[in-house]
Order: sequence, then C-alpha cells, then structure tokens
Amino acid sequence: MDDIATRCIEIIAKSKNIPADTINLDTTFEQLNIDSLDKINISFEVEEAFDINIPDEALGSLKNVGDVVNGVRQLVANKPPKVATS
Amino acid sequence: MNRVVITGLGCISPIGSSVAAFRENLFAGNTGISTIADVPDAPDGNPGVRYTQAAQVFDFDPSQHLTSGVIAASNRNTQFAIVAARQAAQQADLLKYHNPGDIAIIMGCACGGRSSEEHEVKGLYTRDARAHPLTIVRTMSSAGASQISIDLKITGPALDISTACASATHAIGLAFHMVRSGMATAAITGGHEAPLSFGFYRAWDSMRVVSPTRCRPFSADRDGMTLGEGAAIFAIETLESAQARNAPIFAEIVGFGMSADASHITNPSVEGAATAMRKALADANASPDEVGYINAHGTGTQANDSTESAAIHQVFGARAPHIPVSSTKALHGHSIGASGAIEALATILALQAQRLPHTAGVTTPDASLNVDVITGTPRPADTTRPVAISNSLAFGGLNAVIALRRFS
Repeated sequence: MDDIATRCIEIIAKSKNIPADTINLDTTFEQLNIDSLDKINISFEVEEAFDINIPDEALGSLKNVGDVVNGVRQLVANKPPKVATS
Repeated sequence: MNRVVITGLGCISPIGSSVAAFRENLFAGNTGISTIADVPDAPDGNPGVRYTQAAQVFDFDPSQHLTSGVIAASNRNTQFAIVAARQAAQQADLLKYHNPGDIAIIMGCACGGRSSEEHEVKGLYTRDARAHPLTIVRTMSSAGASQISIDLKITGPALDISTACASATHAIGLAFHMVRSGMATAAITGGHEAPLSFGFYRAWDSMRVVSPTRCRPFSADRDGMTLGEGAAIFAIETLESAQARNAPIFAEIVGFGMSADASHITNPSVEGAATAMRKALADANASPDEVGYINAHGTGTQANDSTESAAIHQVFGARAPHIPVSSTKALHGHSIGASGAIEALATILALQAQRLPHTAGVTTPDASLNVDVITGTPRPADTTRPVAISNSLAFGGLNAVIALRRFS
C-alpha cells in the first residue's frame, strides 16, 4: 500500500475513531457507517492533508475507501506545479 | 394554568458528569476548579493570562455517547447539551408520554461554538487556511437546541436564548411559562456552554474580573470570578402529566421574573436585580416570607456580590440578614450561559434533600454585605419555608430569577 492509501486510511480511521488496521481499500462507506456528516469531515481532512480540492460532483460518487484513494491520486497527480515567488 | 414540575435532571459539569456525582460533590463541597489545562491554539498551550484556575470538565468523552458524524458537526458545548438532555429525558421517560410535537426545547447558550470559531479564524489569519465545512453548524449558538431535537426526535418549538450569564435562567423561565400556559405540554430546558478557549481566556483577562487566586463569593477577601464550562438540562412538564404516570418529581417551578437594568453594560444595578426577584415571587404568588434559600448569582466579584446583597435587602427587608444564601460557583465556576441551569440544579437538589449547599472557599464572610452566607458545611433547610430562588444577573444588566418550591 502506498503512502497516499496509508494516509487516507489513517484519516478515515481517526475520523471514525477505529483502528486503521480494520480498514482496507475494499472497505465500503456502508461497512464503516459513514454518514453524510462523516463524509464532509473526511473530505475536508483529506483535502487538508494533500492540499487538494475535491470537486463537488466527485463527493457523491465515493462509495468505498479505494474510491477515495484513487480520487486523491488523480488530484495529486494533476496538481499544478508550485510557482516560485522569490 | 398548569402547575409545572421537574421530572428529569441531567448534567455534565466540572463537579460531575452525572447528577449523582454532582450531588455528592455539591454537598461535600468538592470543587471542580483546578489549574488550567493545555489550551488548544494558544502558544505552548499557555493562555498567557493573570489567572491559573478554571472549572473544567475532564471526564467527558464524546465518543462514548455520540456518533463520529455528530462529533464532527458539533462543538463541545453542543456535545454536553445532547448528553445532558438525554439524561433528563430518559429519567423523566418524557417521550413515552408526550407527543413530540408538544414538547418544547428552550436552551440557554451565549458563547456558541467559541473554540471552533477561534480555531478556524486562527487558521484563516495565520495561513489563509480553508475553513472546515462544518464550521457554521459547529459555531451557531442554537446548535444545542437543534441537536437535541434531532437526537430525541422532538418536533415542538425549539430555540436558543443568549442573554450572557442569564441565558439558562431565561430559558428555563420561558419554558416554564410555555408549559404553564399550555403552549407545550413538556419541555427540555437548561443551558450549555464550553467557552474555555485561548481568545476567551484572554478577553476575560482584559476585563480584570477573573480571580488571580480562586472564586470565593461573599468572602471579605474575594477577588473575582473563575471561568467554567458545563451543562445542566431538565425535563419539565405539567403536574398532571407527571402524576398520571407516577413520574419522579424533583421540584415545582413556581415563578419567573426578569428585568433590564438599563443603566450600564458592566456595572450591575441594585434596582434591576431586586425587580427580577420581586417579579419571580409575584409570578409564584409567593410571599418573601416563604423563601428559605437563595442560590445567588454570586460570582465572587466585588461588584456583583455587593449589588446582589443590596438587592436582597431591598426585596426582603428586615428578613434579609436571616435568609440562607449561597453561591455554588466556587465549586463549578462561572459557565456563562449555562450557569443559571447548573445553579438551578443545585437549588433543586437542595430542595429535594432539604439541605442547603454552602459557599465553598469563603475565608471570612464579608460582614458589610449583611447577608446570611452559608459557609463551612451544608445547612439543614427550614422546612416551613419551602420556596427557593435562583438568581442570574448578566453583564449588560439582563436579570432573570426563577422561583422553585419543594414538592411533597
């Protein structure tokens, strides 16, 4: 499991107050009892952790942990390079 | 008009997160005031103020009571409110008897989600951070009333009252009037507050009214208040509905009085406090002679305790020096919008036990106040005087007083 997957799982585990080793990429939101408030909270924590913005339309399609990890991978890969300001 | 009784009690407080623990510590005089713990968002956790003490709740773990979603969407004060309301509603078994649409939720909360607000603003000003998408619902003062309604599935009128240190007493008074008039058949009412955050500590420090030592109301050497947090929430209903199902009755609410000083934003007035007390007694149709206990606002500041004592003299005349008075703030601190409810709980327990809690921490009672401050240990109640009043006198001169009667 890569760093992105590990960090996503850690964020979800912390938010749900459960051990990270009980979560894998196939774990569904339903299995984790993730409600709409959890989803908002986890999305924000993921955005903060990776400095990304999750598009509104993507939020509704997230069904399992793997969806989150894949979405983050794409958003991180497509991040515009930082421009030096000095 | 309906008679209104209290059939359920709940609390999360610095002296216990159950009513049983609160009762034990109240009568034992065990204070919940201690050294300020690490303050989130303060440099090195240190608030940098001239005082070191606060009344904090250390035994509350929201994950023991609430889902992760509700925790994410709520500030600590709201979490206190949900759990304390559950305690009260369950004890009264309120929802088995009353239609959810006929139950009101009237809460007192003045500071809202202060710590969440400060955290977000700090991020914004220091690193242009994005705001958490649940910031608004965490910080709105009415969140407690909303979350209680969601948690207990109560659909009647629900609102928050924000009148600084009198918020909870105004809330209880309004709920009492609603049930008495028949607008609601029952209510969940009280107050909740968890404002102990970096900016809050600093703002109160600047006012120079917080004790550099520890709150000791009515003491000759008193030097200010001690900030606190907590919640106390009650289930109240008509006497008829309580008796119909043999619900436990802890006390009867008999009167509510309020007034505005209309004089100064920080200096309290004798006339304003006296008017609220008089109105509460008139509303209760009780004579001053029936009052056997005053649970004072008693913040421990020079201004409050002297003004409140003078107001007691104005209302009770020659009896004033002989009516037992105590302030329980030396135990649970001053929790602003929740304080009136926590003190109402102390008053209810006193009426029930016929035992009057003492004012902890008093070294020498201030003789110039000429009131009968209970010190040292609790005192047996005078059973011939079954009425007690609980005063809340807020900054800005907004005063609220409730009158309670022992139920037998």
